[in-house]
Amino acid sequence: MGTHFYNPAEGGDALLWQHLFWFFGHPEVYIIFLPAVGMVSTILPAFVGRPLFGYMLLVMALITTGVLSFGLWVHHMFTVGLPRLGESFFTASSMSIALPAGVQIVCWLATLWAGKPVYKTPLLFVLGFIVTFVMGGLTGVMVASVPFDTQVHDTYFVVAHFHYVLIGGAVFPLLAAIHYWFPKITGRMMSERLGRWSFWLIFSGFHLTFFPMHLLGLLGMPRRIYTYQPELPWAGLNLFVSLSALILFAGFLIFFVNILRSWNDGLPGGDNPWGATTLEWATASPPPSYNFRRIPVVSGREALSAGEEDLPVVAGLRTDRRELLVTSVVEALPQARESSTSDSVWPFWAAVATSVLFIWSIFTPWAVVWGSIPVAVTLVGWFWP
Amino acid sequence: MRDRVVLDASGLPLHGSGAESPTWWATLAFMLIEGTGFALAIAVYLYLMSLAPEWPLQAPPPDLWAGTSLTLLLIASVVPNILVGRWAQQRNLRRVRIGLVVMTLLGIAPLILRAFEFTTLNIRWDDNAYGSILWMLLGLHTTHILTDVVDTVVLACLMFSRLGDNTRRFGDVEDNCLYWNFVVVAWLPLYGCIYWLARL
Repeated sequence: MGTHFYNPAEGGDALLWQHLFWFFGHPEVYIIFLPAVGMVSTILPAFVGRPLFGYMLLVMALITTGVLSFGLWVHHMFTVGLPRLGESFFTASSMSIALPAGVQIVCWLATLWAGKPVYKTPLLFVLGFIVTFVMGGLTGVMVASVPFDTQVHDTYFVVAHFHYVLIGGAVFPLLAAIHYWFPKITGRMMSERLGRWSFWLIFSGFHLTFFPMHLLGLLGMPRRIYTYQPELPWAGLNLFVSLSALILFAGFLIFFVNILRSWNDGLPGGDNPWGATTLEWATASPPPSYNFRRIPVVSGREALSAGEEDLPVVAGLRTDRRELLVTSVVEALPQARESSTSDSVWPFWAAVATSVLFIWSIFTPWAVVWGSIPVAVTLVGWFWP
Repeated sequence: MRDRVVLDASGLPLHGSGAESPTWWATLAFMLIEGTGFALAIAVYLYLMSLAPEWPLQAPPPDLWAGTSLTLLLIASVVPNILVGRWAQQRNLRRVRIGLVVMTLLGIAPLILRAFEFTTLNIRWDDNAYGSILWMLLGLHTTHILTDVVDTVVLACLMFSRLGDNTRRFGDVEDNCLYWNFVVVAWLPLYGCIYWLARL
């Protein structure tokens, strides 16, 4: 259809593609980080025995990160040759994202400081996350500066930076989350002994592997090259990095062994093995398919309190059809019982019709006209009571 | 844990209207998404206008009569539309049925005028960037009239069937009215861009 927007030979612009890619790609790394923030903020209170410090600040910082994340993609393109003024703006916006990130870190540290930490495996991974992510954030502020970035662009310094933020910021929290919610999913605990082994091997293996990459990058080792001549000055550290990756691998191996062993043979965990205060721990482990017999009533940020035997619930919803409770937005006061949809094949046909429309439209624009008819038919069928 | 009943929901209505209805929120969210689409399209129009050495680009501005009569018709349609919404709130099935037939006709009539509008733009979509964004603005809005007409026709059929006399269906009629108001309001800045910015 002649849509060569990025092909210079057809009058397009390759730079436009680079902008588009990073306008997607940069917010995307923050989106990877978002669930990690939720996991850490949920897990931490269970192991320090106190509510999260500065909950509102944390949420506001999270939203700020989300907004700022759309305004700093050009820091990936500092060596493209864009106007200096634009680059300065993106330096400022890239550095400013350290502020909400710093607020979050301070809230988690304060929660730890004010509580009594119990150093179980999930908390160890959360601590590993804090240490590693802060280091990645520091190098992030460094590469936000155009002269520094020009120096280390496409070197191993960048590789070190994004592994610190992404493995530190997303994988460590994920590992914490798996250890934390495993008993809820399976009803069994993961081994604490293997958990400690895997944490220390992964943590030390990670830092031994990726910290030297900062030095290699500063020494000028370029990335995206599959091998280097042995007489170049990076050989020794490079070998050290490769060997350290084996430690990291061993840690993950133990982690997977722990999962497999605990799945059938782990100690029974009970409904709430960590004494946590969020709602999922009020139901059985593993939860029944309907989660709760009746909808629980939550009156504060902490859904459960220690030593409580009863779960406050709503009664009066019908059991012979699917019903949802509609509540007011802020106060969550019950307003109506809305029927939920019943089983239907129409969503499936709507998805098929939509896919046909879009794939067909690659070949002719008329597909949008004719293809919209089956889409409309399936949507009407779906809507019809 | 043992269940302790603290709230009895059996007395609650089976459907709420306005902010008590999930479909009302869905309509609101849809208007937000589509409104963003319109805003982005207008931004593109203004951006191209700011770059172009002359505006409209190598073409006379679009003829006024079709677009202006369509605008007047859309504004007039808001009155019966609001009435249908009120009747739905009062659960007056007879009036809602009549109102939906009227709103179907008031949805089809602008589509006829719109067909003339496309012929009086004085430029094709592939002539230049001005032509492209003009057809984009008009096409985008036509899609909205078209989808709302389809929605209104389906709702009219539903309200004439035995399934019509139901609180939830009346809620659907109210949401449909809300959406038609949006289709009308969204047109006004587009009308200003297409017909009057091109005459500045």
